[in-house]
Amino acid sequence: MRIGVDVGGTNTDAVLMDGRTVMATHKAPTSANISGGIVNAISEVLTSAAISPAEIEAVMIGTTQFTNAFVERRELSRVGVLRLALPATRGLPPMVNWPADFAETIGDQIHLIKGGYEYDGRCISPLDEREIARVAKKLSAAGIDAIAISGVFSPVNGDMEARAAEIVQQELPDASITLSSKIGRIGLLERENAGIMNASLNAFASKVISSFRQALTQLNITAPFFISQNDGTLMKATFVEKYPVLTFASGPTNSMRGAAYLSSVEDALVADIGGTTTDIGMLVKGFPRESSVPVDIGGVRTNFRMPDILALGLGGGSVVSPTQPITIGPRSVGFRLTEKARVFGGDTLTVTDIAVAAGYADIGQRKNVRELSGEFIRSAVSKVHSMLVDGIDRIKTSSEPVPLILVGGGAILIDRDIDGASEVIVPEHAGVANAIGASIAQVGGEVDKIYSYDEIGREAAIEDATQQAIEEAIAAGAKADTVETIDFEEVPLSYVPGGAVRVRIKTAGELETC
Amino acid sequence: MLKSSRDSAGRTQLAFEDIEDLARGAAFLGAGGGGDPYIGRLMAEHAVREFGMPEIISVDDLDADTNVFPVAMVGAPTVMVEKGVSGADVDLSVNRLAAIIGKKPDAITPIEIGGINSMLPIVAAARLGLPLVDCDGMGRAFPEIQMVTFNVYGVSATPAVIVNEHLDTVIVETCGDAKRAEDLIRVAAIQMGLSVMFSGYPLNGQQVKDYGVKGTLSLALNIGRAIRRGRSEGNPFESLLAYLRSTEYFNRCKVLFDGKVTDVMRETTKGFAMGHCEIRNMDDESDSMHIQFQNENLLAKRNGKTVAVVPDLISIVDGETADPITVEALRYGQRVKVIGTSAAPVMRTAEALAVFGPEQFGLDEKFLPIEELHDDI
Repeated sequence: MRIGVDVGGTNTDAVLMDGRTVMATHKAPTSANISGGIVNAISEVLTSAAISPAEIEAVMIGTTQFTNAFVERRELSRVGVLRLALPATRGLPPMVNWPADFAETIGDQIHLIKGGYEYDGRCISPLDEREIARVAKKLSAAGIDAIAISGVFSPVNGDMEARAAEIVQQELPDASITLSSKIGRIGLLERENAGIMNASLNAFASKVISSFRQALTQLNITAPFFISQNDGTLMKATFVEKYPVLTFASGPTNSMRGAAYLSSVEDALVADIGGTTTDIGMLVKGFPRESSVPVDIGGVRTNFRMPDILALGLGGGSVVSPTQPITIGPRSVGFRLTEKARVFGGDTLTVTDIAVAAGYADIGQRKNVRELSGEFIRSAVSKVHSMLVDGIDRIKTSSEPVPLILVGGGAILIDRDIDGASEVIVPEHAGVANAIGASIAQVGGEVDKIYSYDEIGREAAIEDATQQAIEEAIAAGAKADTVETIDFEEVPLSYVPGGAVRVRIKTAGELETC
Repeated sequence: MLKSSRDSAGRTQLAFEDIEDLARGAAFLGAGGGGDPYIGRLMAEHAVREFGMPEIISVDDLDADTNVFPVAMVGAPTVMVEKGVSGADVDLSVNRLAAIIGKKPDAITPIEIGGINSMLPIVAAARLGLPLVDCDGMGRAFPEIQMVTFNVYGVSATPAVIVNEHLDTVIVETCGDAKRAEDLIRVAAIQMGLSVMFSGYPLNGQQVKDYGVKGTLSLALNIGRAIRRGRSEGNPFESLLAYLRSTEYFNRCKVLFDGKVTDVMRETTKGFAMGHCEIRNMDDESDSMHIQFQNENLLAKRNGKTVAVVPDLISIVDGETADPITVEALRYGQRVKVIGTSAAPVMRTAEALAVFGPEQFGLDEKFLPIEELHDDI
């Protein structure tokens, strides 16, 4: 039996799964220390299904904590940035394209240093080790212990980044150091951005992961726990402490996978309606359609693999103007819905109040919205629906109607057919689709290896790497017939004779127990 | 066109916000090559913030004896995404060329509107305080220095100057054959790190009037706008194709394919990003498109049959947003559409095809205009 948990900004959801069967679900408010909410949610599902902690084989956690922290600029460490590149790249220094307010949190300790490689492996300049030591001293004096190191063409040769890390570590033995070559691919700015984001989150990651651990210990759960990452696969908790940035955007992936699972529909639109926003995405053969253009997170450009999601300012807490012409959102009462909304005795008119007044949602006190005129309610309801229709139209690939799956707590806000959707499906357990998505996240295998194409040929090399990656996924618990290649990259190493190419293949498949 | 903001002297002003649209349109005209438009945009914005926006000048308003200096980056796009530019190298390439020919530059022109080389002239013009001509020598992007209309119609590529980030400078003077200049510059560029600033083809106003591909800066801007506006209205492809059809050069165009990238083979070799990609129809496994590139997309075949070939433009764009995807950004699993577009008529003459027709890229293909390859264009 497995437990899936979704730690969101507002709620912490837990589901207990036996194979493919949902045994119990629970929604609890996310607590300030995180672990409290997890303990509440998990103990609730264990109790209601009368299952002992010893029967749990694995815990899968999906969390938007790191994305939210970055977007909201909180819990971020100041970061010392070292780019090994001079005299190249001076025209575009690190963080050149970041929103200005990051300077207050992440800081302005940016250092360009002689070093870096040409595309063919030659040095642009020899690494300036003395300068690195000098910079490290300066960072140490400034009390900075999160370091991001990037270098030109480090995916081709990571030696200089590694050497720079050694030197920094001597000066700052306790620092957490992120090397860009470990996270990103070719494209200096995006790779470096990912490295800086990661370094800024390292300290928070340790805190969050230890909260997870503490929660499970308190619950007497000794099963291993995994965290879902942005490509929809799971990673070990110890890995997340080092690379929290890899969890970015795992939330929408989980909710869309959960929607596919709950509805048994593989090709559909999914709208995840929360308190403040509605995330709309497209499921293609059970997986979210990926964005093929670089995605901004909190205004910072990255080149992660991410689902293509449209976020609308429409949720249960979205504020509705009390007079015509009606406007809705993007302002929302958010997690304070239960004190602010009219049906809960508050003084703010929200989308939830409209749904209650119209009679298709039954929460809070309906009498509190009795004074709204029939005409006002009708036009507000039609506005809510037209916003969703509009969002769906923007994410659709063709004019052909496709099914629409509604998930999230706000699914109750929609009560009629939606133009452009062949049918509207609200599956059972729609409110906890996220946690279900986490519980069925895939396990992956990865191979990163150098081949000589001159010796064995490209096809044989790719075949060999793919086979190894598939075996690795199976060894990690994936069902053999579900394993597929999800990412593939070649970096020719022109400086190594014999047509050397670095081949990176990632595979993923469903867990055997699902 | 930019006419709305033209003053009495025929000069126009680009707004800061236009840079993003221009970069997007230029990436489309880059036909897969020409480098990451985002990097180009950042460079241009960085320079404009510091030095101000250069004036745009129409070809019609050039005097016959105006000294016009083309500026471009030479190298491989796969390298540019790592190294970018440093700035001082741009200034030096123009200033060295001016010193060699003994003429003061009066204006800067793009020589390649596709990709990053539409942005770099903005950087140069801003830094040097010179106006920018609304024109280029390709109406698209090409991998080699001889592949420009100015060469086709007899203007010498040299003297030419290339500069790298160390400010190492190489001056190339040849007997006048632009292909020889390309060969020499390529060897030097490889040695210099494959991301160098180029200033060559020194022109006068009359030559620009006679041989330039006119108005391409405005065209790129409007293509970028058409994609952005179409996206906000819900159909970027319709909006893009409708705009292309209204232009003098790009009016024959079509969505050639819709599918998922299933293979990309890319190698930085001989000074270029060389390779191919495979795109598969998601509804029909047996239906696929094969695209071959040398920095730019050169040849598109659907199930073995040629559907578009250089110098016509083959652009791969995001399947939903119509954002152009460059060769170095192609990735396994991307959902894309392939759009074929006619090149400017001046690019399709017999003289032009002798310089940048399919045979010049070693392809075993004859040039057939896209409108002849498809009944429905």
